[in-house]
Order: sequence, then structure tokens, then C-alpha cells
Amino acid sequence: MSSDPPAGGSRSGVTVRVHLPTHLRTLAEVEGELRFELIGPPTLRELLDALESRHPVLRGTIRHQRTRERRAFIRYMAGGRDLSLDPPDTRLPEEVLSGKEPFRVVGAIAGG
Amino acid sequence: MSRVRLLVGTNKGGFILSSDGTRRSWQMDGPHFGGWHVMHVQGSPADPDRLFASTWTDWHGQVVHRSDDGGTSWTTVGNDFSYEGTPGTHLWYDGTPHPWDFKRVWHLQPSFEDPDTVFAGVEDAALFRSTDGGESWREVAGLRTHSSGKNWQPGAGGMCLHTILIDPANPDRMYVAISAAGAFRTDDGGESWRVATGGLSSEFLPEPESPIGHCIHKLALHPSRPDTIFMQKHWDVCRSDDAGESWTEVSGNLPSDFGFPIAVHAHEPDTVYVVPILSDSEHYPPDARLRVYRSRTGGNAWEPLTRGLPQENCYVNILRDAFAVDSLEPCGLYMGTTGGQVYASADEGDSWAPIVRDLPRVLSVEALTIP
Repeated sequence: MSSDPPAGGSRSGVTVRVHLPTHLRTLAEVEGELRFELIGPPTLRELLDALESRHPVLRGTIRHQRTRERRAFIRYMAGGRDLSLDPPDTRLPEEVLSGKEPFRVVGAIAGG
Repeated sequence: MSRVRLLVGTNKGGFILSSDGTRRSWQMDGPHFGGWHVMHVQGSPADPDRLFASTWTDWHGQVVHRSDDGGTSWTTVGNDFSYEGTPGTHLWYDGTPHPWDFKRVWHLQPSFEDPDTVFAGVEDAALFRSTDGGESWREVAGLRTHSSGKNWQPGAGGMCLHTILIDPANPDRMYVAISAAGAFRTDDGGESWRVATGGLSSEFLPEPESPIGHCIHKLALHPSRPDTIFMQKHWDVCRSDDAGESWTEVSGNLPSDFGFPIAVHAHEPDTVYVVPILSDSEHYPPDARLRVYRSRTGGNAWEPLTRGLPQENCYVNILRDAFAVDSLEPCGLYMGTTGGQVYASADEGDSWAPIVRDLPRVLSVEALTIP
């Protein structure tokens, strides 16, 4: 677990919360939400780059290794919206920047 | 006393079963990588405590793991399987050019000498090599860039490279098999490859004896006679005695010559095992009886092995990587079914018993004999 400061904005950056699906929490050897600081105002791409930088085992499991395109069965959710189709340079929603909500990486519903 | 460690990959995790040399009782450990498709778990011949595992899900793609303590703990290693250069195209189902697109690792084959060197056979068909224990991978590009590569075309199961055989006496010589593309051999450590399908015939091809397009299901060889290769093909069991240059059908008296795995006895290079299923569209045993067939003559004459195997109402299949042999005396055999059973024989196949019954669909079984 991270010992970063509580969620919320600051002059030097913002602390974001990230919720990963079970398989990725297991791979990254983390429990619960991740929290880490980004220089604001961060974009989708910057958040995912930071996530993969902190946890290199996640490279290739959310976005493709080389193209950095979102894997087909992964979605990004926050602020009551599906952000998956937003351009990578889209600013993170206010709910994530304020620490009110986590940025959720979600696996598509699957049967079997 | 020697021990056996079985490495079982299933649709929902990996399992490790262990026994002493008597092979009478087994202990199971797992699941490892619960919820993941564990395509293949394989141990290094140079260090039996070094294991590699290929895991995959639709959500998260390919992840490779390594263990340095026989599977007690695992480390996630490299999963960047990028084709060399500009990959170009192969043929798609409709006959149009289609870009090469990595999907998953089907098979891992560690080096006989170096525990840090391991080969990976992947879909879309290509061969990769790691020389740092799986941390990084580089394509052995001479295979995919073979002059026939642009004409390879997937079958219904995808275009996977699922078999990697290294000649134990000459590591520069390797064989690979690719579903719906064929078999290939290198004599220079992977720099160049030649088609190894002479004499094969597949009725589904426009030209049945074409060098390319045969759907090879599995190859096997005995280390003491590495120029003799046995093949289970999409219909036909075949044999080559000239390192894959030419093949002869040895299906003989099998009730069906369709199947997936083929294996050679650890101590008898002419004793071969197959598990027939009814047909290409009916993937279950003929007469609903699970029978392993053994030939002690290198093919053509086959005997059914049934003791301890279900002989009624059986509709499971044994997938291509789910049949393994140990190197104890007498030779032990293991097979995992699509119904989640793992059957073992400690007497060369004469009798069988389930050592676990209720696993998920078994994708692969490997047997490590530990001195």
C-alpha cells in the first residue's frame, strides 16, 4: 500500500485514486486502491503512464505494449462516465482530480 | 529416490502435482494464476526448479511468469512479444492479406543446457527466444520471414506455433509445427528454415500434397534417435526417418487417425502413444471409450490401452500439449482431459488411474523427473 498523502489537489500536483480489477491487483501485488501523485492537471495518458511506471508488470495488460492503445476488453470509468473512447490527452474528470472518486480500470463482463 | 513433478495448465489456473518415484500418491498445489488461461508450464532440463508459465486472458493479454524454486513462488517476467521489423502480412480466412498480430504464447521450450534460454511459440505463428530467463524476448525472425510466410493462413483454432523440438545432440537443429501452416526445420539455430512436410497429404487442401497448409497437431521425437519424428496431423499419424524431409503414414489399425497429442516412450524410441478422437468435428473418443493407443513398432500396429480409463459415456478430449511422459523406470504417462481429469500410468500405459478429477479444462501437462 502506498503511504502517499491523502487524496486531493495541491500546488505541486494531485493525488489520484486508481481501482484495478482483481487480476491486475494480483499481478501488481497490491490490495485495495492505489494512490499516487501526478503533476496537474493530468491526462488519461499521464495517469496510465504513471501507473505502468510504478508497476511495470502491468505493461501490456491494460494497453498494448508498443502502441499504448487500450486493450479491447478494458474500459476506463470515472465521474459517471465511460472514458474509454476519449482521446488519451483528455484531462481527467474533476471527480478524480479532487480525489472524490477513483479512476476505475474495468474488465468487460465475460461469461464462462 | 527420484520424484516426479507434473505441471498442469488449465483454463482457469495452473496446478503442480508431486509424487515420489513410486507414483502411487500425489500431492496437489494450486491454483497458481487463478482465473487465467494457463496455456503451458514447462521446466528447464538444465535446472528442474526453474519453471516458466504462459498465462493469458482476453482482458489482459499475455503474461509470462518464472519460478526459481520449483513453483513455490513466481516472478512476472517479460511480455513484450513484438515481431521483428515491419511484420508484413499473412493470409486471412477470406484469402486477403492480414497484418501479423501477436495474441498469446502457446508453448515454452527451455534450452537443454542453459536455464536462462527459453523459446516461445506464439500466435500469430512465430518463434521467440529469451536468453535472460524470460525477462526479454526477441523474435527468431527467420521462420516467419520464410518465403512461404506470407501465404500462411489460420485454421479455425488460430495460427499458432505449438510445437518446438530441439535436437538434444545438436541444439542448432530444431523443428517447429504451426497449425494450418505446416512443419519447419532449422539447422543453424533459427537463422534459416526449410519446409519439413515432404510426403504429407491433406485432403482439405486444394493441392493435397502442397508443402504448405498442413495442419500439424503435434510432433514428438526420442532423444536417442533425433532424426525420427512422429506426427499427429489433422487426420493421419505419420513418421519421418530423415529429419522431416519425407513422411510416411503409420496410422495402421487405429480406430481413427484424428487426434491431437503424440508422445514417445522415454526409453523405447519405437514405442509411440496417441489418443484417437472420432473426427475433426467430433472431438471425443470413438465409441465414447477413452483409449490410449500404443505402438511398439514405431507405428502401423497399435494396441488399445483401456485399463482404468472410462469405457462408456466418455466425451472428453486430450489436447495437443496435455500428454506427457516421465523418464522413470518403468516409464510413466500422464494425460489431462477437457473434462478436468488427469490420468496417470506408472507402467507404460498398461493401467491408468485418475490422480485428480475435477480441475478446469486441462490445456497442458508436462512431467519433470527430478533426480
